[in-house]
Amino acid sequence: MERPHAAAGVPAGRNLDLGRLRAHHRLMLRIRALEETALRGLAEKQVFGAIHPSIGQEAVAAGVVAQLLRDDILLSTHRGHGHTLAKGASAGAMLMELLGRAGGVCGGKGGSMHIADFGVGMLGANGVVAANIVIAAGAAHAIRLQGGARIVCCLFGDGAINRGPFLEGLNWAAAFRLPVLFVCEDNGFAATTRAAALTAGPGASARARALGVPAEEVDGNDVLAVEAAAAALIAAVRGGGGPRLLHARTYRLTGHTAADAAAYRPADEVAAARARDPIALAAAWLAEAGVPEAEIAADRAAAAAEMAAAYDAACAAPFPDAAAAFRDVQDIGSPAEMPF
Amino acid sequence: MAQMSYLDAVRTALAQEMRRDPAVWAVGEDLGRGGVFGQYRGLVEEFGPARICDAPISEAAILGVAVGAAMLGTRPVVEMRFADFALCAMDELVNQAAKARFMFGGQARVPIVVREPIGMWRSSAAQHSQSLEAWYAHVPGLIVACPATPADAAGLLRTAIRSDDPVVFMEHKNLWGLEGEMPDDPDHCIKFGAARRVRAGRDVTIVSWSAQVHVCAAAAETLAAEGIAAEVIDLRTLWPWDRAAVFASVGRTGRLLVAHEAVAVGGFGAEVAATVAEQRAAALRAPVRRLGAPRALIGYAPPVEDAVRVTAPMIAAAARAMVAGQ
Repeated sequence: MERPHAAAGVPAGRNLDLGRLRAHHRLMLRIRALEETALRGLAEKQVFGAIHPSIGQEAVAAGVVAQLLRDDILLSTHRGHGHTLAKGASAGAMLMELLGRAGGVCGGKGGSMHIADFGVGMLGANGVVAANIVIAAGAAHAIRLQGGARIVCCLFGDGAINRGPFLEGLNWAAAFRLPVLFVCEDNGFAATTRAAALTAGPGASARARALGVPAEEVDGNDVLAVEAAAAALIAAVRGGGGPRLLHARTYRLTGHTAADAAAYRPADEVAAARARDPIALAAAWLAEAGVPEAEIAADRAAAAAEMAAAYDAACAAPFPDAAAAFRDVQDIGSPAEMPF
Repeated sequence: MAQMSYLDAVRTALAQEMRRDPAVWAVGEDLGRGGVFGQYRGLVEEFGPARICDAPISEAAILGVAVGAAMLGTRPVVEMRFADFALCAMDELVNQAAKARFMFGGQARVPIVVREPIGMWRSSAAQHSQSLEAWYAHVPGLIVACPATPADAAGLLRTAIRSDDPVVFMEHKNLWGLEGEMPDDPDHCIKFGAARRVRAGRDVTIVSWSAQVHVCAAAAETLAAEGIAAEVIDLRTLWPWDRAAVFASVGRTGRLLVAHEAVAVGGFGAEVAATVAEQRAAALRAPVRRLGAPRALIGYAPPVEDAVRVTAPMIAAAARAMVAGQ
């Protein structure tokens, strides 16, 4: 795989906002460190369930989600740690959730696949592929009913475009001209199957356009390109232009889950993808622009230290009591009220 | 009290709730034309197309949109047209609506009412006739209401709309035209989990819900003429269900028969029967019995459709045998 950006430094013709690139780079480092800490937790048997790492895909979270306003709504996927952190969730509360602790953002009841922080407008990762696409349309529908300038951003993977809710959700959003940015974060693999092998036609953008939803494609490993594309689409959505779709092509550097060695991929393909690691690309542009290597290294160390401290705190934190199993099921006819 | 049909009762109650709370809106196919049965007739004229919202034939979107819109504080009333079509939106209902509050640790509330017309009606055949209420009673997080009368339909619909948790609201298509007394009070809400005693009797308790309640009442009338006093209990909601009312009745009669239109195997009658058998065995003078449809499909031709019906003579015969100690 060619490395045009890394080889050529900051792509020509861009007005580099060094502060923004630095912020994106820091956020991507924090996401990477969070994912690596989650994997450490799994290895140390502190994380219990499946983890779907977004390592290698951080530029999508940074380039899209970090541009949303606090009041904007975000919906994500089972591979949603990065999106959630980018929306402003606390890394501490997220790690507590991954470790199943009472202080977790969902009280330890959701775990990785249901991580959510309604306080920052993050309405949840989802364990069911494509499920959030129709829910996102509904959040946007509520915004329409209530008035206001908020928008909804819904991320999903390449596998989601083969499920019905992709069609139903995009059709709904387009028919009602709702303020939603759909983002297909295409990492090339639907679970462990190469997505292209079982996806007919040219893919997410073409399907969106067929429904009258304008769509753009972008190199999802280039955080500046993602930011620029997303900015234009977000402006259109916020301006009342109806839904838009961004198709960001990236690469999942890990397996589907932490337990998947991804042996179905040729080594040279993975090596080429590693050479286009979005964080390394951004670091190279920063260096090119004159940011001292020591500062870049310091950012890397700060991200690792933040997550290590959050992890230590989570390890020391208490689990929820067993009675939490019976809270927030339903008010009337709750398990407490009607035990078996 | 006004005399009103079941259909007009729910239409009136929905309009009252929409006047009372601007967060309430309805969404589903053809609502602007009154809905497939006319249960939304006239509402778009009063509330406009934003709150009586026409939807594409897109069940997953209708329900998923309702979930997302509910999470942001609106209160959608979701029309599924036929309970059978709600199966196209099972992920949205079972994996999303029912679980969001719990799995997000209480951050989400999903106050939706999912209207699912059930039951055999005008030879509608296998895909427009089912009674799948037991499925939803099995799912933690859901409330299941199956009203049998106009007043109950209105009172339970109000409670459902005011509920902060998702409610599956199952109207029986054969009841739309049923006339009954409707309380004038627009705040007349019926508590979930409160059964209604349709008829008092000392010999046998017959538990039912939805349209089957009227079949049970007809059976009780027959039995009364023979000197057998059947007590008929309408559960009105399956989750929660009024165990106390059933226990109290069985305590008086010593006999329990549960009858429903749905398939008997795995039906909610099994839950009622098992609970009474486990918890009130000492009160029982006869083994509990349940009547439901055979585990067969619902056919089109009247004789084929009728073959899976639980009829008043079947209910009367079962009760008679129980009282006779057979």
